[in-house]
Amino acid sequence: MNIHEYQAKALLRSYGMPVPEGRAATTAAEALEAARGLAAPVTVVKAQIHAGGRGAGHFAGRPEGKGGVRLARSLDEVDAAARSMLGEVLVTRQTGPAGRKVRTLYIESGCDIARELYFSMLVDRVSGRIVIVASPDGGMEIEEVAARTPERILKEYVDPAKGLCDYQSRDLAVRLGLTGRAIRAFQNVVRAAYTAFTGLDAAIVEINPLVVTGSGDLLALDAKMSFDENALFRHPELARLRDEHEEDPREREAAGYGLAYVGLDGNIGCMVNGAGLAMATMDIIKMEGEEPANFLDVGGGASKERVAAAFRILVSDPKVRGILVNIFGGIMRCDVIAEAIIAASHETGLNVPLVVRLAGTNVERGKALLAESGLTIIPADDLGDAARKIVAAVRNAGA
Amino acid sequence: MSILVNKSTKVITQGFTGAQGTFHTEQAIAYGTRMVGGVTPGKGGSEHLGLPVFDTVCQAREATGADASVIYVPPAGAADAILEAIAAEIPLIVCITEGIPVQDMVRVRAALERSGSLLIGPNCPGIITPDECKIGIMPGPIHRRGHVGIVSRSGTLTYEAVAQTSAIGQGQSTCVGIGGDPVKGMDFTDVLERMIADPDTHSIVMIGEIGGTSEIEGAELIRASGTRKPVVGFIAGATAPPGRRMGHAGAVITGGHETASAKIEAMREAGIHISHSPAELGVTLARVLG
Repeated sequence: MNIHEYQAKALLRSYGMPVPEGRAATTAAEALEAARGLAAPVTVVKAQIHAGGRGAGHFAGRPEGKGGVRLARSLDEVDAAARSMLGEVLVTRQTGPAGRKVRTLYIESGCDIARELYFSMLVDRVSGRIVIVASPDGGMEIEEVAARTPERILKEYVDPAKGLCDYQSRDLAVRLGLTGRAIRAFQNVVRAAYTAFTGLDAAIVEINPLVVTGSGDLLALDAKMSFDENALFRHPELARLRDEHEEDPREREAAGYGLAYVGLDGNIGCMVNGAGLAMATMDIIKMEGEEPANFLDVGGGASKERVAAAFRILVSDPKVRGILVNIFGGIMRCDVIAEAIIAASHETGLNVPLVVRLAGTNVERGKALLAESGLTIIPADDLGDAARKIVAAVRNAGA
Repeated sequence: MSILVNKSTKVITQGFTGAQGTFHTEQAIAYGTRMVGGVTPGKGGSEHLGLPVFDTVCQAREATGADASVIYVPPAGAADAILEAIAAEIPLIVCITEGIPVQDMVRVRAALERSGSLLIGPNCPGIITPDECKIGIMPGPIHRRGHVGIVSRSGTLTYEAVAQTSAIGQGQSTCVGIGGDPVKGMDFTDVLERMIADPDTHSIVMIGEIGGTSEIEGAELIRASGTRKPVVGFIAGATAPPGRRMGHAGAVITGGHETASAKIEAMREAGIHISHSPAELGVTLARVLG
């Protein structure tokens, strides 16, 4: 689960992270009020969307215009910036061409910047440990730094038996070229991030840039946090940070039924059991020359209700011109799947071609149920057969 | 021969009396797996499915001499269940549970590295040596005894590989689903080195997916081993958009080495025969075997 910059900063501040003064605003009037309260010589007005690259982005319809992060030197400038951003669609390299509507601004005190560093914390899958990543090249995309100058990416691994040791942070500070009081300041930044990371089951804490000010203090100028979905059950306090506007409504509906769904741009809807098989089904549709409309894993032990819900989500997607159901029953019985498909087809008034491939437990009974249903379901024997049949059916229907 | 499990492997179930534990233990007994008991805290001393129930894994291990434990405990308690099995010195632990918090698995990995136990999973179908020992949730009847070793990060794609190898008249020596989580127990290299050394495994099917770099490490191990056993490989997720999690918590591309094409290239360089379509695992193997 992702959250906004202003939420991440508030959380991190409560764990001791140094962040600039700032307030969130959803109207131009609130933005002005916030700027008045800050009374800073320079105010920064920042669009709040769940995507990076905001400063370098542009607003829809204004490709040459300013981005989603602006400096304001007067209240008038704050007002103008707020009015030109709120309610508009911000397009960045991470949002895709559709962009994201800006509903909230973060009004923050500006600061003087002597240096920009990169800092993040995440779980490294190779070592199975929490890793601290830092670079003297802050303010840039870290993937670019990693590709061009990998020697400028510094890492420190946390031994789970010992936990984070402060000497590791100081060592990292020295390797970053920090001196004097900035070394202890960096130690505090790492400690705050680590306490938040472990205390909240974060998936990532990223501060880019982490700035060294003219007076040698450290400040988190930007902050990104996301959380492990599997651990949200033990952090009910995080639920209020969820911004449903930032989520695909289809994905949200699917999640409510325990389905893993990712919306894509193609026109063949897929319903599969198992994440690997679901990805492989997308792949084979593409190999046959068409594009999948989604990734949808109904899970290992899906109930009739869950299958029916999955089916409704696919049918209600206007882009879907055909549906491929691919189930390899293990725990899941093919006859139960067949019954669910038949019921959902009747309920939704299915009007696009449907190819069903069933294999595994109770497959003969499942196939018989589909054949006896009176529905125009195209049966398929294996994965390759299924992909060819749905692609042919979609093309025939479109011709 | 086979790897990791055979007909003499004695197995206990953790989360024994719950719905999942009950159903899959019944299936395992029916398949012929040597089930010797189970653990449900608070129900020690009773009997379930004709087998003794224990309060702790330690008691179960002492009383039954179990070689393996399979875990069907819900996500909130699953990491603790694995740690308990490690503390009881169970040699092989198989965790089926999906949805364990990653930071719990960080603690498990650290404990595992200091122990003599092996872990398969979590978030996996388990392990099967056909006609001898089934530990996990895979459908038993699709398997047949033979000489193809199958290792995969995905459950249902493993079944796909099993069905396709059976369809070309081959059978399987051992099939291992290593699971889709980013931090887990055994990885491709751990399973592949055992399959390469196993005289009963004559060929290998290796099924990976986007995210992480463990397929590349597996390919490197195969190249360095100089094995003459044919290996067929497939990577799922060539069409997945970067940055999006595809169901499995581990299936998200975050760097250049984690894409399907980078993995396929590394596998090809290691002499692995690539099946570009998930529907051609069997025919690719048949072609390689001649």
